[in-house]
Amino acid sequence: MPIPIRYNLRSLRVRWRLSLATALGIGLVVAVFVMVMALAQGLNATYVTTGDPRNLLVLRQGSTAESNSQIMRDEVTRMRYTEGIARDAHDVPLVSAEIILLVYLERRDGSGGANVLVRGMKSAGLALRPQARLVAGRMLAPGRRECVVSQRIADRFSNCQVGESFRSGATEWHVVGIFDAARTAYESEIWIDSDEARAVFRRDFFGSVLLRTDGPEGAATVKRRLEADRMLQVRVLTESDYYKEQTQMAGPIRFMGGFLAVVMSVGAAFAAMNTMYAAIGARTREIGTLRVLGFRRREVYVSLLGESVLLALVGGVLGCLLALPLNGVATGTIGWNTFAEVAFEFRITPGLMGKGMLFALVMGVLGGLLPARMAARKPVLDALRAA
Amino acid sequence: MQTPMVQIRALSRRFQQGDVEVLALDRVTLDIAEGDFVALMGPSGSGKSTLLHIIAGIDRPTSGQCIVRDVDVATLSESALANWRNSHVGFVFQTFNLIPVLTALENVELPLLLTGLSAAQRRAHAEAALELVGLSDRLRHLPRQLSGGQEQRVAIARALATDPTLLVADEPTGNLDARAAQDVLELLEVLNREAGKTIVMVTHDPKAAGHARRIVRLEKGELSPDAAAGLAT
Ligand SMILES: Nc1ncnc2c1ncn2[C@@H]1O[C@H](COP(=O)(O)OP(=O)(O)OP(=O)(O)O)[C@@H](O)[C@H]1O
Ligand SMILES: [Mg+2]
Repeated sequence: MPIPIRYNLRSLRVRWRLSLATALGIGLVVAVFVMVMALAQGLNATYVTTGDPRNLLVLRQGSTAESNSQIMRDEVTRMRYTEGIARDAHDVPLVSAEIILLVYLERRDGSGGANVLVRGMKSAGLALRPQARLVAGRMLAPGRRECVVSQRIADRFSNCQVGESFRSGATEWHVVGIFDAARTAYESEIWIDSDEARAVFRRDFFGSVLLRTDGPEGAATVKRRLEADRMLQVRVLTESDYYKEQTQMAGPIRFMGGFLAVVMSVGAAFAAMNTMYAAIGARTREIGTLRVLGFRRREVYVSLLGESVLLALVGGVLGCLLALPLNGVATGTIGWNTFAEVAFEFRITPGLMGKGMLFALVMGVLGGLLPARMAARKPVLDALRAA
Repeated sequence: MQTPMVQIRALSRRFQQGDVEVLALDRVTLDIAEGDFVALMGPSGSGKSTLLHIIAGIDRPTSGQCIVRDVDVATLSESALANWRNSHVGFVFQTFNLIPVLTALENVELPLLLTGLSAAQRRAHAEAALELVGLSDRLRHLPRQLSGGQEQRVAIARALATDPTLLVADEPTGNLDARAAQDVLELLEVLNREAGKTIVMVTHDPKAAGHARRIVRLEKGELSPDAAAGLAT
């Protein structure tokens, strides 16, 4: 049987100040890691959940985002009659030509302003996005400079509540409704009527066309048809793929989080090592005694390494507790492609906390390796002679 | 005639101290019979501790043999030696060497963790050992809550817990006042006479040596002549 763990626990407790300081150091690293990853995860989740695999998004060939794509009106007409597009109850093809614009709005917390994505569309756009539900007010009526605002944008920006209005250029937009888009990317948008958008912003082209097919296979067929059409010169991808492509934004955040955590963890691992050297140095004779009693080198090694890991895991738990209040907190960032605000939530999942604990464990092992080895290798007599 | 429990044959131990080589033990030959109680005496630096360490399997001789119950201790591997120590040797230190964060009972249970005993058996053995040293009422005390004499008695209980072949003690009364020393020596004597424990004890104190059955003297690493006389009896 190994050296009992309570021996390690109590030894850590005896030097509790040093133990706690070390655990906190490790906890801080774990907290930073979990927070940054929660940011990346939240952003990712927003994009991954957006999009219906039956929906196809049509962009100008060579465009990477709706905001830098141009689709002409006659092209939309041509698309509308492509075979394989689903129809609504009135036998009208489910095709939504949309205009993407940016308006500059002030934040409610007074920290300045940001661009918010405005989408001009017709009712087909709503039919294609069933995840969006009106939660306050009513749907906009065309021709009256009305708009509906997503819940998160309404929460974060001034003049976006029902009954309020905001200016863009010479036009005053009246907020008549708030919609909830089930944590998708549409949570970061304001919707207006597309004809008004074209008139007010003097656009005679659309940004993108969203259309419905009868399923993933139908989507593939229609995609092939549209892309093969020489009159169109478009890029077609499923709505899901388009938003998945946007998740590349989370990549740099992940990288930064990982990098930051690794750099910090080197420091924390050294702190753990230092603590273990001190803890073991003060217990050299004790360790010699354990050896005299019959415990082998390996048992001493495992016990002390375990002590370091224990210390690190306490730190890991502290770190997770430190990060946890951030779970579900809404935040925003500038979209990579659209240059508009993307609203999302920090997402701290059990899996992420597990990764944080794993990270702590690695720090504990790295910190404990050398001190434990030193202690286990020391000849019994030398250990007993220590003061 | 029964073979002696411990047979020490031409045992030498050299230490390297920087450039100088110290001969701590010089061809020592000695037998210790089962049930004996040997007091190892001699001036400081004469090699008493060194001899005791080799008998206890925590040091290895440079040459010669130390055979305990037909096992040449020096031939064992590092981990086999650890197992051997656990089952054959109970070591009592001058400085007690209890684990400060463990209670008296936990300290005594420690060597039993390496045996195949169940938790209940370990506990029963440890309690019995503590009862033997008269500390049944101190099971849950930490070492710092005990007097020096009590600490040393816990240490003796820990040394006895696995019922080892040999009990070895290096100046067990060296850090105790006269009264506590007397208690410890009487305890060792009782263990030898009544429980038949074989004991090797290093001491400077002639009064302590008086509790032993026989005295072996070391002088600069060699057995002094009257020790040879002891071997004869
Ligand atoms: N680990 C070691 N390294 C180097 N020299 C040692 C070591 N252990 C003992 N010696 C030397 O061996 C000799 C015998 O030492 P030992 O400790 O056996 O003496 P002792 O009889 O126990 O003395 P004391 O009564 O002071 O405890 C001494 O000269 C000592 O310096
Ligand atoms: Mg000595």
